[in-house]
Amino acid sequence: MKHFISKPCLRGITLLGLLLVLAGCGLQTSPVADPKGPIAIIERDLLYTAFFIMLIVVIPVYFMVFWFIWRYRAKGGTGEYKPEWHKSTIIEVFVWSIPAAIIITLGYLVWTYSYKLDPYKKIATPENTINVQVVAQDWKWLFIYPDLGIASVNELAFPVDKAVSMKLTSDTVMNSLLIPALGGQIYAMAGMTSELNLKANETGRFRGRNTQYSGDGFAMQFFDAVAMTEEEFQDWVANAKAQSKPLSTVTYDQLAQPSIAHGVEYFSWVKPGLFEEILKKYARRPETTLRRHAPATTQPACEGDTPC
Amino acid sequence: MRSQQAMALNNDGYLAPEHFDQVFSSHGTIMIFFMAMPFLTGLINIVVPQQIGARDVAFPFMNSISLWLTAAGAALVMVSLVIGKFSTAGWTGYPPYSGAEYSPGVGVDYWIWALLVSGVGSTMTGINFVVTIIKCRAPKMRLMQMPLFTWTTLCTSLLMAFAFPALTVVAAMLGLDRILGFHFFTNDSGGNMMNYANLIWIWGHPEVYILILPAFGVFSEVVATFSQKRLFGYKSLVYATAVITVLSFSVWLHHFFTMGSSPNVNAVFGIVTMIIAVPTGVKIFDWVFTMYKGRIIFHPAMLFTIGFLVTFVLGGVSGVLLAIPPADFLMHNSTFLVAHFHNVLIPGAVFGYFAGFQYWFPKATGFKLDEKWGARSFWFWIIGFYLAFMPLYALGFMGMSRRMERYDVAEWQPFLIVAAVGALSVLIGIVCQGMQLYVSIRDREKNRDITGDPYNGRTLEWQTASPPAEYNFAKIPDIQDIDAFWDMKQRGVAYAPAKEYEDIHLPRNTGIGVFLGGLGFLIGFAVTWYIWWLVALGFLGVLACLITRSSQDHTYQIILQPKSRPMKRLVSRHWRKRNQHRGISGHEHIQP
Repeated sequence: MKHFISKPCLRGITLLGLLLVLAGCGLQTSPVADPKGPIAIIERDLLYTAFFIMLIVVIPVYFMVFWFIWRYRAKGGTGEYKPEWHKSTIIEVFVWSIPAAIIITLGYLVWTYSYKLDPYKKIATPENTINVQVVAQDWKWLFIYPDLGIASVNELAFPVDKAVSMKLTSDTVMNSLLIPALGGQIYAMAGMTSELNLKANETGRFRGRNTQYSGDGFAMQFFDAVAMTEEEFQDWVANAKAQSKPLSTVTYDQLAQPSIAHGVEYFSWVKPGLFEEILKKYARRPETTLRRHAPATTQPACEGDTPC
Repeated sequence: MRSQQAMALNNDGYLAPEHFDQVFSSHGTIMIFFMAMPFLTGLINIVVPQQIGARDVAFPFMNSISLWLTAAGAALVMVSLVIGKFSTAGWTGYPPYSGAEYSPGVGVDYWIWALLVSGVGSTMTGINFVVTIIKCRAPKMRLMQMPLFTWTTLCTSLLMAFAFPALTVVAAMLGLDRILGFHFFTNDSGGNMMNYANLIWIWGHPEVYILILPAFGVFSEVVATFSQKRLFGYKSLVYATAVITVLSFSVWLHHFFTMGSSPNVNAVFGIVTMIIAVPTGVKIFDWVFTMYKGRIIFHPAMLFTIGFLVTFVLGGVSGVLLAIPPADFLMHNSTFLVAHFHNVLIPGAVFGYFAGFQYWFPKATGFKLDEKWGARSFWFWIIGFYLAFMPLYALGFMGMSRRMERYDVAEWQPFLIVAAVGALSVLIGIVCQGMQLYVSIRDREKNRDITGDPYNGRTLEWQTASPPAEYNFAKIPDIQDIDAFWDMKQRGVAYAPAKEYEDIHLPRNTGIGVFLGGLGFLIGFAVTWYIWWLVALGFLGVLACLITRSSQDHTYQIILQPKSRPMKRLVSRHWRKRNQHRGISGHEHIQP
């Protein structure tokens, strides 16, 4: 039955090789492999570290599988045949302890980095943080800047040297916000708030989107996260303020109507407490979150621009 | 689905969002509930009683109800394609999207009732096989002598019995939300969708192991038989299975690390999830070392097993990566996740079922499958698999989410085209399987298995005729080893006629299970369309069936032995045939 193996096997290997080349080209510039924020960089490095640690098991498995099926094949195999051999304490010790050791190592990484990269954790001092209240709607994102009194739809702008501290809720079904180039992901749920703290290392436009399926307009529910210089950001704020389009209860209700592939929109004024009103629509005690206390620490996850 | 995504750059493709959503929802639902579950339950039903030297399952009538309730659930999904529409909420049906406010119409109701009806069936299957394996083994078979497939079935059945009630409850609660206006999971009035996520994954994660463990059992049998060698590390494999069973109930939160739980909660669930990788890794090594110093025959069942070993490892690696909460933040809900679970479930479950299908087919039908077409289907499947899902890993890195019916990122398209080609290759693989079945049935006389033991098997199911008699074993076998049948062949007693035979006690056939399944379908359909009188009628019918069944006195039949002549003749002819075929007198096996 050798002929079943060789030809298609070769064909498979060629195709796979081709695929790898193809993947390599596109991947180098992908937001996850080439992140633009400190959080995303650590998340990616963690991903790679774990992957390489696991190769300790994966490579021997591959090696042994192919070696054994070649050496011990019934037709033409040269290995010795021991039909009753089924026990070996040494092998048993190895096959239990090596995976266990790897998992202990990874477990340690999981524990430390879960704290380090907690999305609720503030990553900069208050004066270096832009606060944004995020509302998920059908099928767009509303970003309210409570400290600046402005709002935008489907565009999240912030200065590159400052952290963005987002408080999220949903005015519709469950949504999930992800900006792959900056890292992190968190659900947005009606009547509840969740938090996400991110930062960009360089200026640029990064695609962010809802990843939790939410209906017809889901596929086109994306936005741009724009990291800009301080001056550009001031211009951006001034531009929003010049729109003379206020976000009151009435205009909010119009905005909240379902719309697909909604364009970018700016609001010059936001009714104070609007975010809390949206929360109150669904919950009597709007501060219902999964956590009683947000972590008090304001210790940055990373100092400067280098990943820790 | 993949071809839709390959085409849908900056345009609508050929499926409207509404349709695409129904397609991915029904794909998930059908594959998990009405492909994988019946497939594995079918294998279990055919093989387990024979492996443990039993004549039937513990509760045959309940078994029949399980079967027909599953069929009723599948029928509900099928009907939804014609009458009304199916759910668009994905196979997990997360509220509030699946609630009445955001998904009006009958789609989600079809989904709920398909799950409810078939879920009850699965719970009963679980209970049935736990009892069968614990109580109905041949008297001399100790627990640590059970074949691995029986062990994994025991663990799977335990999981089914404990996990499926959670699904039934959560589906029923969602149903109450939708039909009677309750507020378990709604946005307002104190409802909370986080409870749903927890409940469905308390069922959902064990479900993954329900699907995978029996396949692990199949691989254990296949790898030993076709390496012509005793299974390496039997005890390790048993304990690893048990560890996976227990841990599977404590990892559900890894499906929503991004919900905002505190880091210690996320970290604990992440670490527990990773711990499962240890016993799984041990299993892989044990199978690999079973091949070591064997004589490997590349039967299609073995090809699928090798394909599994090589591919599943990758799925395991991506699984551990996703179990790291901060890494999961980047990958959650992306196509990386889609690639991961297909990478685990296709080799881990589907290849296992295929291997089992190739392996036990002669046992069930009496003739062997064509190996050439089997090998062809394997190659198309494995190549198709890599082409279809490796690009999805890459797309996950490029920020593509799951369940998108259109997109505007040009860089994604080449990957999606490769994926579509892979899906096509898988389709050809499926066609090959169809051809294999056709060719095998056409040449069934040539391929007939008259020995009952076509592969020089090791476990007890190969002692019976193919297909087995209604009572499986004329005489309950005498078990002295893990590979009981192999051991009997070694001792030269495998085919020896027993000194005397006893009467055989068997259940009588009954059609009430079919009626109950039909009524289950009727109730589900009626609730979906709010036809309340029909619901009442359905429940009355169920009651009538139960009363009828309870008042039947003769649910068992006795096959008389040894006085009844036809039986005796049948038995001896069976053995004569075997010996003729092998050209041996039955004593040759004494020599090792």
